[in-house]
Amino acid sequence: MRFERYGVGIAKGMALTLRNFFRPPITLQYPEDKLVISRRLRGNELVWYPDRCTGCATCAKSCPQGNIEIITHVGDSNNYVVDKFEVDTGRCMFCGLCVESCPYEALFMGLGYERAQYRRGQLVLSKEELQPSDIRQPSGYARPKVEQTLPRQSLLINWDKEKEEGGQKLSPLPMRKRRKGNGL
Amino acid sequence: MTLLEQFQLWLASMWPDWAAYITPAIVGILVIIIFVLTMVMVIIYFERRFMARFQIRLGPNRCGPEGILQPIADAIKVLFKEDIVPAKGDKLVHWIAPIVVFVPILMIFAVVPIHKGAILVDLNVGIVYVVAISSLSTVGIYMAGWAANNKYALISALRTIAQMVSYELPVVLSILGVVLMVGSLSMNQIVDSQSIPFILLQPLGFIIFFLGTLAEMNRCPFDLLEAESEIIAGYHIEYSGMKFALFYLGEYGHAVAYSCIITTLFLSGWRGPLLPPIIWFLIKIMVVFALIVWIRSTIPRLRVDQLMAFAWKCMLPMAVINLFIVAAEVLWLPEVFPWIMIAVNFAFACALVLLWSKLFVLGGGRVEV
Repeated sequence: MRFERYGVGIAKGMALTLRNFFRPPITLQYPEDKLVISRRLRGNELVWYPDRCTGCATCAKSCPQGNIEIITHVGDSNNYVVDKFEVDTGRCMFCGLCVESCPYEALFMGLGYERAQYRRGQLVLSKEELQPSDIRQPSGYARPKVEQTLPRQSLLINWDKEKEEGGQKLSPLPMRKRRKGNGL
Repeated sequence: MTLLEQFQLWLASMWPDWAAYITPAIVGILVIIIFVLTMVMVIIYFERRFMARFQIRLGPNRCGPEGILQPIADAIKVLFKEDIVPAKGDKLVHWIAPIVVFVPILMIFAVVPIHKGAILVDLNVGIVYVVAISSLSTVGIYMAGWAANNKYALISALRTIAQMVSYELPVVLSILGVVLMVGSLSMNQIVDSQSIPFILLQPLGFIIFFLGTLAEMNRCPFDLLEAESEIIAGYHIEYSGMKFALFYLGEYGHAVAYSCIITTLFLSGWRGPLLPPIIWFLIKIMVVFALIVWIRSTIPRLRVDQLMAFAWKCMLPMAVINLFIVAAEVLWLPEVFPWIMIAVNFAFACALVLLWSKLFVLGGGRVEV
């Protein structure tokens, strides 16, 4: 007697959804909870280290869109001094070619992804805005040494039930939104 | 005597006749409209939270404490939307259709007993009235599908007609089983005679009625008329703003109405120990609706031919057999032993469901209805 032929499939399905009903929801409440994003993220901003930059403008040449504007003059010790370094992230497609082409590791892709602005002009980043700060961290894209220092990405599918690690922490039946943030 | 009639008699001692006649009617109608609108709000929120939990999500929880203001926010959003009438549509029918859908659903509530005597009209043909009125909203859906001048809307409207015609029969036949036991068509009488809920006495009738009403209120898995993957949104594809809100209200009003009727027919209405009757009634409505949501979140949508075959090949013969079994039991079994009847009927229900699920299997494990 094969029970598949007696409508047992429907009963199995109903049991599955009922089991799901008592499992903790996997929803991530975004502004409060955040997952740790990929270490090699090409986030929507760039990070620029002025002390490493020689002003060679390789990045500007490699940019397919021509977004990077760089103006230099010759300094005292026969070096280039960068007067203007501006990136129009509004037209940037985050291909990462500028970062890959930089010979002195002065330009990095950023880890941030929350940079929506109200005005188009605010998307044009100046020399001061591009420098690293607390909220503007370099990502490991095309920079293996930086990548090693960053925390591993947390995915919901990687969550290990026994070890309670590798992803979002789940608690049974949290109907309320959780205020405490985790992740980045 | 219903509460409204007592109210009318009390008023007649002070007021002129015509005022005493009109006032209780207006009060009753207002109470019912408020009851339906609040229940729809509650049920929309309840469904969204509940279905979210079945799908391991959270559901709306931002708007107000635990998101209880979400239906109100949605209602306000819908009210402020632009009202669009298709240029080549039938404008008059396009206007009337939402009303024709919504009004019959409000009219169903006239014969739902919420409490002892708390019923708008105690019709002696109550359940026939419900069947007659509830199929009226199909006309509204067909009008909407026609007026939109849109092929998807028309396909959806035609599907609705076919679905309604097919599922009306088993539903009415399973109601007949209840009516046979009670010996009356009045909703009050039906509740009064249920010292044992009819779900125990007629499990098969309950299953058929429940599935048939699922199809009639166009809920999953029978929501072919608004199958998003096939015909986008079905009959209300060209509707927006307040008119769409009326359709939405009608859809959930239908769910509330049928939850009420299932409660009245099979779950012994407002009767129950300890708690006041109105609380029992609401609890039973919610339980029925939770079952509907559970089914919606589990079972995928049927194909059109499967839907029709399920109605004509499964539910109709089973409903007829159920009717004959109940008739024989009412005729020959002594009424003093209801437990014999319960056992017999459960055995028959299991046997019939198993038999029919066996009948509609074709090929190696390929289930085809």
